[in-house]
Amino acid sequence: MIYIDNISVKSGGFTLSNISFGILTGECLALMGKSGSGKTTIMEAICGLRELVDGKISMGGKDVSKMAPQERMVGLVPQDNVLFPNMTVREQLAYGPRMRKWKKTDINARVTEVAEELKINDLLDRLPKGLSGGEAKRVAIGRAISAKPQLLCLDESFTGLDGETLDKVMAVVQDTIRREGISTLLITHQAYEAERLGDVIYHL
Amino acid sequence: MKPSHSKQKSNRTNSSLTKSGGWFGVWLGGSLWLYLGLILLLVLADIWYVLANYNSSHGLSEMLDWDNLRQSIQLTFISSTVSAILSVLIAVPVGYLLSRYRFLGKSMIDAVLDIPVVLPPLVIGLSLLILFNNFPPRILDLGVGSLDEMLSGFGYRITHTTLAIVIAQFTVACAFAIRTMKVAFDQIDPRSELVAMTMGASRGRAFFDVVLPQTYQGMVAAGMLAWARSLGEFGPILVFAGATRGKTEVLSTSVYLEINTGNLKGAVLISLIMIALAIITTITVRMLTKKGSKDDLY
Repeated sequence: MIYIDNISVKSGGFTLSNISFGILTGECLALMGKSGSGKTTIMEAICGLRELVDGKISMGGKDVSKMAPQERMVGLVPQDNVLFPNMTVREQLAYGPRMRKWKKTDINARVTEVAEELKINDLLDRLPKGLSGGEAKRVAIGRAISAKPQLLCLDESFTGLDGETLDKVMAVVQDTIRREGISTLLITHQAYEAERLGDVIYHL
Repeated sequence: MKPSHSKQKSNRTNSSLTKSGGWFGVWLGGSLWLYLGLILLLVLADIWYVLANYNSSHGLSEMLDWDNLRQSIQLTFISSTVSAILSVLIAVPVGYLLSRYRFLGKSMIDAVLDIPVVLPPLVIGLSLLILFNNFPPRILDLGVGSLDEMLSGFGYRITHTTLAIVIAQFTVACAFAIRTMKVAFDQIDPRSELVAMTMGASRGRAFFDVVLPQTYQGMVAAGMLAWARSLGEFGPILVFAGATRGKTEVLSTSVYLEINTGNLKGAVLISLIMIALAIITTITVRMLTKKGSKDDLY
Protein backbone atom coordinates (compact mmCIF):
# COMPACT_ATOMS: atom_id res chain seq x y z
CA MET A 1 0.00 0.00 0.00
CA ILE A 2 1.28 3.44 -0.98
CA TYR A 3 -0.14 6.26 1.09
CA ILE A 4 0.21 9.94 0.26
CA ASP A 5 -0.88 11.78 3.37
CA ASN A 6 -1.72 15.46 3.09
CA ILE A 7 1.48 16.44 1.31
CA SER A 8 2.47 19.97 0.24
CA VAL A 9 5.09 20.45 -2.46
CA LYS A 10 6.68 23.61 -3.79
CA SER A 11 6.80 23.97 -7.55
CA GLY A 12 8.27 27.12 -9.02
CA GLY A 13 6.24 30.03 -7.74
CA PHE A 14 3.35 28.09 -6.17
CA THR A 15 2.77 25.38 -3.57
CA LEU A 16 0.51 22.39 -4.08
CA SER A 17 -1.18 21.70 -0.78
CA ASN A 18 -3.28 19.05 0.95
CA ILE A 19 -2.76 16.24 -1.55
CA SER A 20 -3.85 12.87 -0.22
CA PHE A 21 -4.53 9.52 -1.90
CA GLY A 22 -3.67 5.88 -1.53
CA ILE A 23 -2.75 3.14 -3.99
CA LEU A 24 -3.40 -0.47 -3.05
CA THR A 25 -0.87 -3.16 -3.90
CA GLY A 26 -1.30 -4.09 -7.55
CA GLU A 27 -3.67 -1.20 -8.16
CA CYS A 28 -3.24 1.50 -10.83
CA LEU A 29 -4.20 5.04 -9.89
CA ALA A 30 -4.53 7.47 -12.77
CA LEU A 31 -3.79 11.03 -11.74
CA MET A 32 -5.43 13.38 -14.22
CA GLY A 33 -5.18 17.12 -14.61
CA LYS A 34 -4.52 19.88 -17.08
CA SER A 35 -1.00 20.84 -18.14
CA GLY A 36 0.65 22.85 -15.37
CA SER A 37 -1.66 21.54 -12.67
CA GLY A 38 1.26 19.96 -10.82
CA LYS A 39 0.83 16.26 -11.65
CA THR A 40 4.53 15.75 -12.42
CA THR A 41 5.51 17.74 -9.31
CA ILE A 42 3.53 15.32 -7.12
CA MET A 43 5.11 12.34 -8.86
CA GLU A 44 8.60 13.80 -8.39
CA ALA A 45 7.89 14.27 -4.69
CA ILE A 46 6.77 10.64 -4.42
CA CYS A 47 9.97 9.52 -6.18
CA GLY A 48 12.07 11.64 -3.81
CA LEU A 49 13.22 14.04 -6.50
CA ARG A 50 11.50 16.99 -4.83
CA GLU A 51 11.40 17.88 -1.14
CA LEU A 52 8.11 17.89 0.72
CA VAL A 53 7.06 21.10 2.45
CA ASP A 54 4.66 19.15 4.61
CA GLY A 55 2.91 15.78 4.87
CA LYS A 56 3.99 12.17 4.73
CA ILE A 57 4.54 9.48 2.12
CA SER A 58 4.56 5.86 3.17
CA MET A 59 5.27 2.73 1.17
CA GLY A 60 4.55 -0.72 2.57
CA GLY A 61 3.93 0.81 6.00
CA LYS A 62 7.31 2.57 6.02
CA ASP A 63 7.64 6.37 6.12
CA VAL A 64 9.79 7.28 3.11
CA SER A 65 9.20 11.06 3.23
CA LYS A 66 12.80 11.86 4.12
CA MET A 67 14.44 9.06 2.13
CA ALA A 68 16.71 9.72 -0.86
CA PRO A 69 15.36 8.57 -4.26
CA GLN A 70 17.74 5.60 -4.33
CA GLU A 71 16.39 4.33 -1.01
CA ARG A 72 12.73 4.35 -2.10
CA MET A 73 11.63 1.40 -4.18
CA VAL A 74 10.14 3.27 -7.13
CA GLY A 75 10.46 2.85 -10.89
CA LEU A 76 10.11 5.93 -13.06
CA VAL A 77 9.16 6.14 -16.74
CA PRO A 78 9.47 9.76 -17.95
CA GLN A 79 7.45 11.07 -20.86
CA ASP A 80 10.23 10.70 -23.43
CA ASN A 81 11.72 7.55 -21.86
CA VAL A 82 15.19 9.06 -21.17
CA LEU A 83 16.93 5.77 -21.94
CA PHE A 84 20.66 5.69 -21.16
CA PRO A 85 22.26 6.10 -24.62
CA ASN A 86 25.50 4.36 -23.63
CA MET A 87 23.85 1.13 -22.41
CA THR A 88 22.36 -1.76 -24.36
CA VAL A 89 18.78 -2.77 -23.61
CA ARG A 90 20.13 -5.69 -21.53
CA GLU A 91 22.29 -3.33 -19.48
CA GLN A 92 19.36 -0.94 -18.97
CA LEU A 93 17.17 -3.77 -17.66
CA ALA A 94 19.99 -5.03 -15.42
CA TYR A 95 20.84 -1.56 -14.05
CA GLY A 96 18.20 -1.43 -11.28
CA PRO A 97 18.88 -4.94 -9.93
CA ARG A 98 22.63 -4.25 -10.15
CA MET A 99 22.26 -1.06 -8.12
CA ARG A 100 20.15 -3.02 -5.61
CA LYS A 101 23.04 -5.51 -5.34
CA TRP A 102 21.21 -8.58 -6.65
CA LYS A 103 23.20 -11.74 -7.40
CA LYS A 104 24.42 -12.04 -10.97
CA THR A 105 22.32 -15.15 -11.69
CA ASP A 106 19.21 -13.44 -10.32
CA ILE A 107 19.89 -10.37 -12.47
CA ASN A 108 20.21 -12.47 -15.63
CA ALA A 109 17.03 -14.41 -14.83
CA ARG A 110 15.13 -11.20 -14.13
CA VAL A 111 16.33 -9.53 -17.36
CA THR A 112 15.09 -12.54 -19.36
CA GLU A 113 11.77 -12.58 -17.51
CA VAL A 114 11.10 -8.84 -18.01
CA ALA A 115 12.21 -8.97 -21.66
CA GLU A 116 9.77 -11.82 -22.30
CA GLU A 117 6.93 -10.04 -20.52
CA LEU A 118 7.42 -6.89 -22.55
CA LYS A 119 8.27 -8.75 -25.77
CA ILE A 120 11.68 -7.13 -26.18
CA ASN A 121 13.84 -10.31 -26.15
CA ASP A 122 15.18 -9.61 -29.63
CA LEU A 123 16.26 -6.09 -28.65
CA LEU A 124 18.47 -7.05 -25.69
CA ASP A 125 21.80 -6.38 -27.39
CA ARG A 126 20.79 -3.17 -29.10
CA LEU A 127 21.52 0.39 -28.05
CA PRO A 128 18.55 2.75 -27.62
CA LYS A 129 19.53 4.66 -30.77
CA GLY A 130 17.40 3.33 -33.59
CA LEU A 131 14.64 1.78 -31.43
CA SER A 132 11.11 2.68 -32.52
CA GLY A 133 8.88 4.73 -30.21
CA GLY A 134 6.96 1.66 -29.06
CA GLU A 135 10.13 -0.39 -28.50
CA ALA A 136 11.79 2.42 -26.54
CA LYS A 137 8.69 2.77 -24.38
CA ARG A 138 8.65 -0.94 -23.54
CA VAL A 139 12.38 -0.82 -22.71
CA ALA A 140 11.81 2.19 -20.41
CA ILE A 141 9.02 0.34 -18.63
CA GLY A 142 11.14 -2.82 -18.38
CA ARG A 143 14.00 -0.80 -16.92
CA ALA A 144 11.64 0.73 -14.34
CA ILE A 145 10.16 -2.57 -13.14
CA SER A 146 13.21 -4.85 -13.35
CA ALA A 147 14.23 -4.24 -9.72
CA LYS A 148 10.66 -5.05 -8.58
CA PRO A 149 9.76 -1.61 -7.23
CA GLN A 150 6.87 -1.05 -4.84
CA LEU A 151 5.56 1.71 -7.07
CA LEU A 152 5.77 2.25 -10.82
CA CYS A 153 5.41 5.90 -11.90
CA LEU A 154 4.33 6.48 -15.49
CA ASP A 155 4.69 10.18 -16.28
CA GLU A 156 2.69 10.94 -19.44
CA SER A 157 4.43 7.80 -20.62
CA PHE A 158 2.20 7.07 -23.60
CA THR A 159 2.31 10.54 -25.13
CA GLY A 160 3.68 10.61 -28.65
CA LEU A 161 2.75 7.02 -29.59
CA ASP A 162 0.51 6.64 -32.63
CA GLY A 163 -2.87 4.83 -32.39
CA GLU A 164 -1.85 1.26 -33.21
CA THR A 165 1.46 1.38 -31.32
CA LEU A 166 -0.25 3.00 -28.33
CA ASP A 167 -2.78 0.20 -28.25
CA LYS A 168 -0.12 -2.54 -28.44
CA VAL A 169 2.15 -0.93 -25.84
CA MET A 170 -0.72 -0.32 -23.43
CA ALA A 171 -1.86 -3.93 -23.76
CA VAL A 172 1.63 -5.22 -22.96
CA VAL A 173 2.03 -2.79 -20.06
CA GLN A 174 -1.38 -3.67 -18.67
CA ASP A 175 -0.51 -7.38 -18.74
CA THR A 176 2.90 -6.76 -17.17
CA ILE A 177 1.54 -4.60 -14.35
CA ARG A 178 -1.12 -7.23 -13.55
CA ARG A 179 1.36 -10.11 -13.66
CA GLU A 180 3.94 -8.29 -11.55
CA GLY A 181 1.33 -6.97 -9.11
CA ILE A 182 3.02 -3.58 -8.92
CA SER A 183 1.20 -0.52 -7.61
CA THR A 184 1.17 2.04 -10.41
CA LEU A 185 0.76 5.80 -10.56
CA LEU A 186 -0.21 6.93 -14.05
CA ILE A 187 0.12 10.65 -14.73
CA THR A 188 -1.91 11.60 -17.79
CA HIS A 189 -4.21 14.14 -19.30
CA GLN A 190 -5.72 11.58 -21.70
CA ALA A 191 -9.03 10.17 -20.49
CA TYR A 192 -8.54 7.12 -22.74
CA GLU A 193 -5.28 6.13 -21.02
CA ALA A 194 -6.72 6.75 -17.55
CA GLU A 195 -9.83 4.66 -18.24
CA ARG A 196 -7.90 1.82 -19.82
CA LEU A 197 -5.15 1.41 -17.24
CA GLY A 198 -6.52 3.05 -14.11
CA ASP A 199 -8.44 1.17 -11.45
CA VAL A 200 -9.01 4.48 -9.75
CA ILE A 201 -9.00 7.91 -11.37
CA TYR A 202 -8.03 10.98 -9.35
CA HIS A 203 -8.60 14.46 -10.78
CA LEU A 204 -6.28 17.24 -9.68
CA MET B 1 29.59 26.87 -51.55
CA LYS B 2 27.56 24.12 -49.91
CA PRO B 3 25.95 24.91 -46.58
CA SER B 4 26.58 22.63 -43.61
CA HIS B 5 23.63 20.36 -42.92
CA SER B 6 22.33 17.81 -40.48
CA LYS B 7 20.94 14.44 -41.58
CA GLN B 8 17.61 15.09 -39.90
CA LYS B 9 16.90 18.39 -41.45
CA SER B 10 18.69 18.32 -44.78
CA ASN B 11 15.52 17.26 -46.55
CA ARG B 12 13.62 20.18 -45.08
CA THR B 13 15.69 22.70 -46.95
CA ASN B 14 18.22 22.17 -49.64
CA SER B 15 19.06 25.80 -50.18
CA SER B 16 22.54 27.21 -50.62
CA LEU B 17 23.88 30.71 -50.23
CA THR B 18 24.22 31.10 -53.97
CA LYS B 19 20.58 30.12 -54.46
CA SER B 20 19.29 32.40 -51.70
CA GLY B 21 20.68 35.29 -53.78
CA GLY B 22 20.14 38.98 -53.25
CA TRP B 23 21.84 41.25 -50.75
CA PHE B 24 21.27 38.76 -47.93
CA GLY B 25 23.32 36.04 -49.62
CA VAL B 26 26.07 38.55 -50.47
CA TRP B 27 26.12 39.78 -46.87
CA LEU B 28 26.39 36.25 -45.41
CA GLY B 29 28.90 34.90 -47.92
CA GLY B 30 30.86 38.17 -48.12
CA SER B 31 31.35 38.34 -44.35
CA LEU B 32 32.54 34.74 -44.28
CA TRP B 33 35.02 35.19 -47.12
CA LEU B 34 36.30 38.48 -45.74
CA TYR B 35 37.42 36.90 -42.48
CA LEU B 36 38.36 33.54 -43.99
CA GLY B 37 40.44 35.42 -46.58
CA LEU B 38 42.30 37.29 -43.83
CA ILE B 39 43.21 34.02 -42.07
CA LEU B 40 44.27 32.32 -45.31
CA LEU B 41 46.34 35.36 -46.33
CA LEU B 42 48.14 35.29 -42.97
CA VAL B 43 49.15 31.67 -43.54
CA LEU B 44 50.00 32.22 -47.21
CA ALA B 45 52.18 35.22 -46.36
CA ASP B 46 54.16 33.10 -43.88
CA ILE B 47 54.58 30.26 -46.40
CA TRP B 48 55.59 32.73 -49.10
CA TYR B 49 58.14 34.37 -46.79
CA VAL B 50 59.79 31.05 -45.94
CA LEU B 51 59.88 29.93 -49.60
CA ALA B 52 61.29 33.28 -50.75
CA ASN B 53 64.10 33.02 -48.21
CA TYR B 54 64.77 29.34 -48.76
CA ASN B 55 68.30 28.70 -49.89
CA SER B 56 68.42 25.34 -51.65
CA SER B 57 72.16 24.88 -51.06
CA HIS B 58 71.75 25.20 -47.29
CA GLY B 59 68.25 23.77 -47.01
CA LEU B 60 66.23 24.59 -43.89
CA SER B 61 69.21 23.97 -41.61
CA GLU B 62 70.51 27.53 -41.82
CA MET B 63 67.14 28.95 -40.74
CA LEU B 64 67.09 27.38 -37.29
CA ASP B 65 69.01 25.52 -34.62
CA TRP B 66 67.11 22.25 -35.06
CA ASP B 67 68.36 20.72 -31.80
CA ASN B 68 66.87 23.67 -29.92
CA LEU B 69 63.66 23.40 -31.88
CA ARG B 70 63.38 19.67 -31.16
CA GLN B 71 63.72 20.38 -27.42
CA SER B 72 61.20 23.20 -27.68
CA ILE B 73 58.66 21.00 -29.50
CA GLN B 74 59.17 18.23 -26.93
CA LEU B 75 58.61 20.60 -23.98
CA THR B 76 55.61 22.17 -25.72
CA PHE B 77 53.98 18.78 -26.26
CA ILE B 78 54.65 17.54 -22.73
CA SER B 79 53.60 20.76 -20.95
CA SER B 80 50.49 21.26 -23.13
CA THR B 81 49.42 17.65 -22.63
CA VAL B 82 49.88 17.82 -18.84
CA SER B 83 47.99 21.15 -18.73
CA ALA B 84 45.18 19.74 -20.86
CA ILE B 85 44.82 16.64 -18.66
CA LEU B 86 44.81 18.76 -15.47
CA SER B 87 42.29 21.15 -17.06
CA VAL B 88 39.86 18.34 -17.94
CA LEU B 89 40.25 16.80 -14.47
CA ILE B 90 39.14 20.10 -12.94
CA ALA B 91 36.68 21.09 -15.69
CA VAL B 92 34.56 17.93 -15.40
CA PRO B 93 33.46 18.37 -11.75
CA VAL B 94 33.33 22.18 -11.94
CA GLY B 95 31.36 22.13 -15.22
CA TYR B 96 28.89 19.64 -13.70
CA LEU B 97 28.53 21.73 -10.54
CA LEU B 98 27.79 24.87 -12.55
CA SER B 99 25.43 23.05 -14.87
CA ARG B 100 23.32 21.18 -12.31
CA TYR B 101 23.38 22.97 -8.97
CA ARG B 102 22.02 26.27 -7.73
CA PHE B 103 23.90 27.78 -4.80
CA LEU B 104 24.53 31.10 -3.14
CA GLY B 105 26.91 33.32 -5.11
CA LYS B 106 26.82 31.07 -8.20
CA SER B 107 26.74 33.93 -10.71
CA MET B 108 29.63 35.62 -8.89
CA ILE B 109 31.70 32.41 -8.93
CA ASP B 110 30.80 31.92 -12.59
CA ALA B 111 32.13 35.41 -13.36
CA VAL B 112 35.35 34.82 -11.38
CA LEU B 113 35.98 31.60 -13.35
CA ASP B 114 35.90 33.69 -16.53
CA ILE B 115 38.65 36.04 -15.34
CA PRO B 116 41.49 34.06 -17.01
CA VAL B 117 39.54 34.27 -20.30
CA VAL B 118 39.12 38.05 -20.27
CA LEU B 119 42.33 39.15 -18.52
CA PRO B 120 45.32 40.12 -20.68
CA PRO B 121 47.64 37.06 -20.63
CA LEU B 122 50.55 39.19 -19.46
CA VAL B 123 48.59 40.17 -16.35
CA ILE B 124 48.03 36.50 -15.52
CA GLY B 125 51.75 35.86 -15.80
CA LEU B 126 52.53 38.84 -13.59
CA SER B 127 49.92 37.77 -11.03
CA LEU B 128 51.39 34.26 -10.93
CA LEU B 129 54.84 35.75 -10.41
CA ILE B 130 53.57 37.86 -7.50
CA LEU B 131 51.61 34.94 -6.01
CA PHE B 132 54.59 32.59 -5.94
CA ASN B 133 57.24 35.17 -4.98
CA ASN B 134 55.49 37.77 -2.83
CA PHE B 135 52.71 35.87 -1.12
CA PRO B 136 51.91 35.79 1.76
CA PRO B 137 52.92 39.48 1.87
CA ARG B 138 56.13 40.10 3.82
CA ILE B 139 54.39 42.92 5.65
CA LEU B 140 52.36 40.31 7.57
CA ASP B 141 55.66 38.92 8.87
CA LEU B 142 54.39 35.34 9.14
CA GLY B 143 57.94 34.07 9.00
CA VAL B 144 57.12 31.46 6.36
CA GLY B 145 58.53 33.15 3.25
CA SER B 146 56.86 33.18 -0.15
CA LEU B 147 55.08 30.20 -1.73
CA ASP B 148 58.13 29.54 -3.89
CA GLU B 149 60.42 29.62 -0.86
CA MET B 150 58.14 27.25 1.03
CA LEU B 151 58.07 24.82 -1.91
CA SER B 152 61.85 25.04 -2.33
CA GLY B 153 62.03 23.66 1.22
CA PHE B 154 60.55 20.46 -0.23
CA GLY B 155 62.97 20.52 -3.15
CA TYR B 156 60.64 22.20 -5.66
CA ARG B 157 61.06 25.58 -7.27
CA ILE B 158 58.30 26.91 -9.46
CA THR B 159 59.23 30.29 -10.90
CA HIS B 160 61.35 30.11 -14.06
CA THR B 161 61.12 26.33 -14.26
CA THR B 162 59.18 23.94 -16.50
CA LEU B 163 56.60 23.62 -13.70
CA ALA B 164 55.89 27.33 -14.14
CA ILE B 165 55.12 26.68 -17.82
CA VAL B 166 52.50 24.08 -16.90
CA ILE B 167 50.96 26.31 -14.21
CA ALA B 168 50.81 29.30 -16.59
CA GLN B 169 49.22 27.19 -19.34
CA PHE B 170 46.79 25.50 -16.94
CA THR B 171 45.62 28.81 -15.42
CA VAL B 172 44.28 30.00 -18.77
CA ALA B 173 43.39 26.68 -20.45
CA CYS B 174 41.29 25.41 -17.53
CA ALA B 175 38.87 28.35 -17.82
CA PHE B 176 38.18 27.39 -21.45
CA ALA B 177 37.80 23.71 -20.55
CA ILE B 178 35.29 24.56 -17.79
CA ARG B 179 33.13 26.56 -20.24
CA THR B 180 33.20 23.66 -22.72
CA MET B 181 32.29 21.07 -20.08
CA LYS B 182 29.46 23.21 -18.69
CA VAL B 183 27.92 23.42 -22.17
CA ALA B 184 28.40 19.65 -22.60
CA PHE B 185 26.56 18.94 -19.31
CA ASP B 186 23.85 21.51 -20.14
CA GLN B 187 23.04 19.49 -23.26
CA ILE B 188 22.41 16.29 -21.29
CA ASP B 189 18.89 15.78 -19.96
CA PRO B 190 19.22 16.01 -16.15
CA ARG B 191 16.40 13.46 -15.86
CA SER B 192 18.78 10.71 -17.00
CA GLU B 193 20.63 10.84 -13.67
CA LEU B 194 17.33 11.28 -11.78
CA VAL B 195 15.99 8.08 -13.39
CA ALA B 196 19.24 6.30 -12.43
CA MET B 197 18.81 7.52 -8.85
CA THR B 198 15.27 6.13 -8.61
CA MET B 199 16.79 2.81 -9.71
CA GLY B 200 19.08 2.75 -6.71
CA ALA B 201 22.16 4.65 -7.88
CA SER B 202 23.68 7.32 -5.68
CA ARG B 203 24.15 10.78 -7.22
CA GLY B 204 27.85 10.04 -7.78
CA ARG B 205 27.18 6.60 -9.25
CA ALA B 206 24.54 8.04 -11.60
CA PHE B 207 27.08 10.64 -12.73
CA PHE B 208 29.76 8.08 -13.58
CA ASP B 209 27.38 5.46 -15.05
CA VAL B 210 25.01 7.65 -17.01
CA VAL B 211 26.18 11.26 -17.38
CA LEU B 212 29.91 10.96 -17.94
CA PRO B 213 29.70 8.45 -20.84
CA GLN B 214 27.40 10.90 -22.62
CA THR B 215 29.96 13.70 -22.32
CA TYR B 216 32.78 11.81 -24.03
CA GLN B 217 32.76 14.22 -26.96
CA GLY B 218 32.60 17.22 -24.64
CA MET B 219 35.61 15.93 -22.71
CA VAL B 220 37.58 15.41 -25.92
CA ALA B 221 36.64 18.91 -27.09
CA ALA B 222 37.55 20.43 -23.70
CA GLY B 223 40.88 18.58 -23.67
CA MET B 224 41.76 19.56 -27.23
CA LEU B 225 40.75 23.18 -26.62
CA ALA B 226 42.85 23.28 -23.44
CA TRP B 227 45.73 21.70 -25.33
CA ALA B 228 45.46 24.22 -28.17
CA ARG B 229 45.27 27.14 -25.71
CA SER B 230 48.34 25.82 -23.90
CA LEU B 231 50.19 25.45 -27.20
CA GLY B 232 49.60 29.09 -28.06
CA GLU B 233 50.17 30.51 -24.58
CA PHE B 234 52.92 33.11 -24.50
CA GLY B 235 52.45 36.09 -22.14
CA PRO B 236 52.09 34.22 -18.84
CA ILE B 237 54.94 31.85 -19.77
CA LEU B 238 57.28 34.70 -20.66
CA VAL B 239 56.68 36.50 -17.35
CA PHE B 240 56.34 33.53 -14.99
CA ALA B 241 58.59 30.88 -16.54
CA GLY B 242 60.91 33.10 -18.56
CA ALA B 243 62.27 32.27 -22.00
CA THR B 244 65.59 30.61 -21.35
CA ARG B 245 67.03 28.78 -24.37
CA GLY B 246 66.82 25.04 -23.95
CA LYS B 247 65.35 25.32 -20.44
CA THR B 248 61.97 27.03 -20.39
CA GLU B 249 61.63 27.36 -24.14
CA VAL B 250 58.35 26.31 -25.71
CA LEU B 251 57.30 26.98 -29.32
CA SER B 252 55.66 30.32 -28.58
CA THR B 253 58.75 31.56 -26.73
CA SER B 254 60.96 30.12 -29.50
CA VAL B 255 59.26 32.52 -31.94
CA TYR B 256 59.94 35.37 -29.52
CA LEU B 257 63.60 34.37 -29.07
CA GLU B 258 64.17 34.07 -32.82
CA ILE B 259 62.66 37.54 -33.39
CA ASN B 260 64.85 38.93 -30.58
CA THR B 261 67.97 37.55 -32.23
CA GLY B 262 66.92 39.01 -35.59
CA ASN B 263 66.19 35.63 -37.17
CA LEU B 264 62.85 36.44 -38.75
CA LYS B 265 63.06 33.46 -41.14
CA GLY B 266 63.37 31.06 -38.21
CA ALA B 267 60.53 32.77 -36.34
CA VAL B 268 58.22 32.44 -39.36
CA LEU B 269 59.18 28.78 -39.84
CA ILE B 270 58.31 28.00 -36.19
CA SER B 271 55.06 29.94 -36.65
CA LEU B 272 54.21 27.67 -39.59
CA ILE B 273 54.83 24.59 -37.44
CA MET B 274 52.45 26.06 -34.84
CA ILE B 275 49.84 26.83 -37.50
CA ALA B 276 50.05 23.22 -38.73
CA LEU B 277 49.58 21.94 -35.16
CA ALA B 278 46.63 24.30 -34.64
CA ILE B 279 44.98 23.10 -37.87
CA ILE B 280 45.48 19.44 -36.94
CA THR B 281 44.01 20.11 -33.48
CA THR B 282 40.92 21.98 -34.71
CA ILE B 283 40.21 19.39 -37.42
CA THR B 284 40.57 16.57 -34.88
CA VAL B 285 38.17 18.35 -32.49
CA ARG B 286 35.66 18.79 -35.34
CA MET B 287 35.90 15.11 -36.28
CA LEU B 288 35.62 13.83 -32.72
CA THR B 289 32.68 16.11 -31.93
CA LYS B 290 30.89 15.73 -35.23
CA LYS B 291 27.58 15.00 -33.51
CA GLY B 292 27.65 18.54 -32.17
CA SER B 293 26.55 19.72 -35.62
CA LYS B 294 23.01 18.53 -34.90
CA ASP B 295 22.18 22.10 -33.96
CA ASP B 296 22.92 23.28 -37.50
CA LEU B 297 19.69 24.30 -39.16
CA TYR B 298 20.67 24.07 -42.81
